[in-house]
Amino acid sequence: MTLVDHQVADLPGITLHTVETTKYKTTSLILQLKSPIVEEEVTKRALLPFVLQSGTERFPSSKELREALDSLYGATLGADLSKKGEYQVITLRIDVANEKFLSDNTPLLDRAFELLSDVLLKPAKQGNAFLSEIVQKEKRSLKQQIESIYDDKMRYANKRLIEEMFEDEPYRFNVYGSEKEVDAITPEILYDYYNKVIQEDEIHLYAVGDVSREVLKDLTAKHFVFPNAKTEPKRISATGKRRVDEVKEIFEEQEVQQGKLHMGYRTYITYSDPDYLPLQIFNGVFGGFSHSKLFMNVREKESLAYYAASRFESHKGIIFVMSGIETNNYEKTVKIINEQLKEIQNGNITDAELDQTKAMIRNQILETVDDSTGLVEVLYHEVVSRHKRSIEEWLEGIENVTKEQVVGVSKKIELDTIYFLKGRGDA
Amino acid sequence: MHNMEQIHFKQLKETLNFKTLDNGLKVFVLEKKDFNKTYATFTTNYGSVDNHFVPLGKSESVKVPDGIAHFLEHKLFEKEHGDVFQDFSKQGASANAFTTFKRTAYLFSTTGDVEKNLTTLIDFVQAPYFTEKTVEKEKGIIGQEIRMYDDNPDWRVYFGLIANMYQKHPVAIDIAGTVESIAKITKDDLYECYDTFYHPSNMLLFIVGPVDAEKIMELVEKNQAGKDYKDKPPIQRFFDEEPAQPGKRKEVLNMPVQTPKCYMGYKEKRPEREGKELLLRELSVNLLLEMMFGKSTKNYEKLYNEGLIDPSFSFDYTEEQGFGFSMIGGDTTDPDTFADTISRMVEEFKKQDLNQDDLERARKKKIGSFLRALNSPEFIANQFTRYEFNGMNLFDVIPTFEDLTAAHLEEALHDHFQESQLTICQVKKKQS
Repeated sequence: MTLVDHQVADLPGITLHTVETTKYKTTSLILQLKSPIVEEEVTKRALLPFVLQSGTERFPSSKELREALDSLYGATLGADLSKKGEYQVITLRIDVANEKFLSDNTPLLDRAFELLSDVLLKPAKQGNAFLSEIVQKEKRSLKQQIESIYDDKMRYANKRLIEEMFEDEPYRFNVYGSEKEVDAITPEILYDYYNKVIQEDEIHLYAVGDVSREVLKDLTAKHFVFPNAKTEPKRISATGKRRVDEVKEIFEEQEVQQGKLHMGYRTYITYSDPDYLPLQIFNGVFGGFSHSKLFMNVREKESLAYYAASRFESHKGIIFVMSGIETNNYEKTVKIINEQLKEIQNGNITDAELDQTKAMIRNQILETVDDSTGLVEVLYHEVVSRHKRSIEEWLEGIENVTKEQVVGVSKKIELDTIYFLKGRGDA
Repeated sequence: MHNMEQIHFKQLKETLNFKTLDNGLKVFVLEKKDFNKTYATFTTNYGSVDNHFVPLGKSESVKVPDGIAHFLEHKLFEKEHGDVFQDFSKQGASANAFTTFKRTAYLFSTTGDVEKNLTTLIDFVQAPYFTEKTVEKEKGIIGQEIRMYDDNPDWRVYFGLIANMYQKHPVAIDIAGTVESIAKITKDDLYECYDTFYHPSNMLLFIVGPVDAEKIMELVEKNQAGKDYKDKPPIQRFFDEEPAQPGKRKEVLNMPVQTPKCYMGYKEKRPEREGKELLLRELSVNLLLEMMFGKSTKNYEKLYNEGLIDPSFSFDYTEEQGFGFSMIGGDTTDPDTFADTISRMVEEFKKQDLNQDDLERARKKKIGSFLRALNSPEFIANQFTRYEFNGMNLFDVIPTFEDLTAAHLEEALHDHFQESQLTICQVKKKQS
């Protein structure tokens, strides 16, 4: 038996991924729309999913659409955005209760397919424009979402690090776009952009639940009918292969109680590289877990922080380190973090560290695929990278990584930028 | 020894296995054969509000420093041989813990050796090891945890609202305490709290995942039989009498934010319910909130159209013995108009008869979201424990929603949403 019963079918305009499982009491339909990050489009693209989920031809206001969803036993409709390497991905998702657990005979799944398809293909519009009330409201809401990043100091520090580190790459743009670009977007401009998205984006639908593949395929074919033959989606390969000449150090000051230290590293390794699995182990030894060097040294040994961790972006090939510290402990903490990378580069990894890391990653992968969101996240890596790696291959690959490979990977890693948001006054 | 009981929930297609052991520990096992992951929580009925009590074996009550339950949670992981986190990760499990107002939970999840990790969980929680040195070391770490929350405006406004409501009850105190209060904690304080609150009869173990319930039960039973627990008198906890009304009408916090926040809530006058009565109350008020402010309501549409709310808007009602409140809030560009509009909407809603269609739609929505929540083993274990400690059963939620009548709702509406119980907490931009 395979761990994940994942199958792919190419339908006109859309690729359907089905995962049959009895794990859940709901069925999830997750649409992923992929397009490269483009400076002129990033804010329009950020606004689009929120406009789409606010009204359809049949339910032209958010209130009517939400009433329809509530009547389907609280089917949830959600929109989100993410950056995957050089791509800005739109997610539209609907979750609906599986009829098996209800004393009701409404064909919920069919209705859910119809609604999701309407959201994507039959939006509320007037002529060649979205409804201006909807666009107006969603512009305001998007601005507020962009502003709110500033209010969450960890998110803000991460955003600032990315802006500084990738100052001449498209990756620098925030996935929600830029506040000053929002005003210029009219219902017409956005509708034009929408047409382009339907025509050019690479669109994948993931259907996960206790429903047969045939039913899912029929429902997709019935409800997702695209107006024109689609153009070949655009591909770009990762940029930013440039080497680091000098570590950039950026300081900013605000009224915060705790300094937020964020560091960005270039690894030059992405999902499709053979070194990808050794990089995962590297990240685990470095800062991914509570046995990792960062946690053990910054927190447990020196009591400098509550959190000290690293994580990596699979398609951009970067590692981020983050820790919340007293402002006057900046130099001490950076020194300790730098030493931990050096330790690994010098081969100082114990067998216990390596084994623990492998056990934790194995556990993490298996747990991730228990959750439909996590599962789709994992499967979607293959779409972004055009590289297949089944869960079984992943698990086996992790098991086979050697210490030498991890050390080899660590030597490629370069610190690029340090961003520190520090407190004002007494510190 | 008692036999294992089984409770079948037909509609949900779930079977819950249950046993109370000789030492009083309650054990629940839910088999989820399709999952990779097993999730287990070991929870004590002891949280941040339990700061005034008679310690085990003493006759006088004591008051302990703020934040001690949370401090104890951190320190329980440290043993003479090192950190238990490491033991779990060597065994392919990830461990964690959390402290709430009323509970402290220790947990792990694993896709590997469940039995070994379960034994580790039970044994580490049941073998405290506190020293002056390790207690001192933790003060720096928890100090940074407190600072992290100090910088988080959502956290501050949420706890600020609760602090407005409660004048005497310790729910108004930060769960982690303050840098000053934790400075006073000693290892002896920790032992005193531990001995009082970590007896098996005050605890619950919940295991959910692809396990064999019989085997798990046997393992736990053997483990506990090998430990020498004496019967123990009931714990005496003290709470000063809490006035029915909120202590403060309004509080404004100034922080470095761009978008202000406004949270408002109604303080429950009589938070003494338990069991079915509590479940009915929680579900009724939550359903009413959905009917008033859910995304498909006129009110939501109006608030959104006027730019008073954005997707961060949310609402909730929670009650446990000793405290209870509803909460409505989120980011808003105009926190004062937000507060006025929300309270006016509540008053308007109270004047009208409940609309039956709206009620049915809200009911369906709530049932659907509960089913969705049951996809998560974490939700099941954590919520089941909370329900059990309050004399409720998590699996009664759907039938109770189905049985809720307009009369129940009317009663809850007029009893809970009273102007005198309303309080507001806002975060506004700090002028620098």
